[in-house]
Amino acid sequence: MAGSDNSQASISKPRWLLAELTYACPLQCPYCSNPVGFAQHKNELSTDDWLRVLSEARQMGAVQLGFSGGEPLVRKDLAILVKHARELGYYSNLITSGYNFGENKIAELKQAGLDHIQISVQASSEDLSDFLAGTHSHAQKREVAQRVKEYNYPMVLNVVIHRKNIHQMQDIIEMAIDLGADYLELANTQYYGWAHLNRDQLLPTREQFEQAEAIAHRYQDRMKGKMKIYYVVPDFYEDRPKACMNGWGTTFLTIAPDGAALPCHSARELPGLEFPNVRDFSVRDIWENSEAFNKFRGFGWMKEPCRSCPEKTKDFGGCRCQAFLLTGDMTATDPVCGLSPNHSKIEEAIESSVATQRRAIEKPLVFRNPKNSQALAPKL
Amino acid sequence: MAINSNCILEISPTHRLQWEEAQQKHVILYPEGMVELNQSSTEILKLCDGARKLQGIVLELEQKFETTGLEKDVSEFLGIALENGWIRQLSS
Repeated sequence: MAGSDNSQASISKPRWLLAELTYACPLQCPYCSNPVGFAQHKNELSTDDWLRVLSEARQMGAVQLGFSGGEPLVRKDLAILVKHARELGYYSNLITSGYNFGENKIAELKQAGLDHIQISVQASSEDLSDFLAGTHSHAQKREVAQRVKEYNYPMVLNVVIHRKNIHQMQDIIEMAIDLGADYLELANTQYYGWAHLNRDQLLPTREQFEQAEAIAHRYQDRMKGKMKIYYVVPDFYEDRPKACMNGWGTTFLTIAPDGAALPCHSARELPGLEFPNVRDFSVRDIWENSEAFNKFRGFGWMKEPCRSCPEKTKDFGGCRCQAFLLTGDMTATDPVCGLSPNHSKIEEAIESSVATQRRAIEKPLVFRNPKNSQALAPKL
Repeated sequence: MAINSNCILEISPTHRLQWEEAQQKHVILYPEGMVELNQSSTEILKLCDGARKLQGIVLELEQKFETTGLEKDVSEFLGIALENGWIRQLSS
């Protein structure tokens, strides 16, 4: 493959493979991390393509595998892929909305060797949950959660936190306890994709976030040894950026529904980068030699203040997608960093969302669906 | 967490202990996570097989490595493993 100039000895191997099987989804969450223009990318990979991708990535050392989407249950060949993954020695995670997840399918996937199920829940109350999902789904999610436990899967509940549900923090945690979750992921919204589009309506104020965080930490202590609570901090209220993806092209490999290989699931929104397709190249060739995967490896691409910063080995300059979305320059320091000359962009985003909240009539949320995607795509 | 010497130990059913060829080491896998193990941790965890208690594990290791006095280290490590949820105790 062209564009190779890295010494391959220094490239670590992928450990995490995120298989986004489809962009189709019965839910329409307005904070979805899929690219806003997802409806443009059709032509899903075939079963045989996926089987080959799983084999190739496993051979390179990938061991954690996420079946995601969209809604992965939409793919009719899911059990075939799960079975292959188990035979290869992956630990496979199904990341699902739980929508239409009947007992037959839960049993079939257990038989095929699925290791773990993560169910997304939008809120603790049915009306809010169904509003956010854009689909009547809350009641059946509770049933699915109970069934998943009956079949002895480890169960993770994932709740994305934002201004519309942050006041329910305590009820959300109580719901997870009630449903017997082994893990609860309280994920403050990361503002990419659809969440970026809806940021003014989703970003909580500092007071809202601090109150909710205190509740989460209290339960973390109380539930020790019973239910593990992962709390994903909202990086807009941090002073240093996250070590995004553990560094570009070091650990994570995402394969999009149409076969595009991405160093992270948001990378598709970066302009001018050509992402190689697994239909054309082997996983190894893509990982080691493609221009896209080598683009932000190491430290050579960095500008100041990152370049001379001792913390660059810890946070790798933060997130490339966030740098692009907020500054228009994907090689800039992540503006979350207090040392970034663009840090004011974060303050502006917070002020803008506070102003939106004060308005008598709030801007409506833009829901994630093919119609909105098609309408917005040409403007991207 | 202290290990109860009356309990049988096993790898948690939500976790998997597995050899990784690419890394040339054993790992523990669990929902969306992985811990890489060194050789002594691996030897201890392999014996958490749903049949042995603390004493049995220590004896087996002392015989295998022809040594004595391992109990304190083994017990400490298993305490950490229990706290992290890698293993669980079954009352016999």
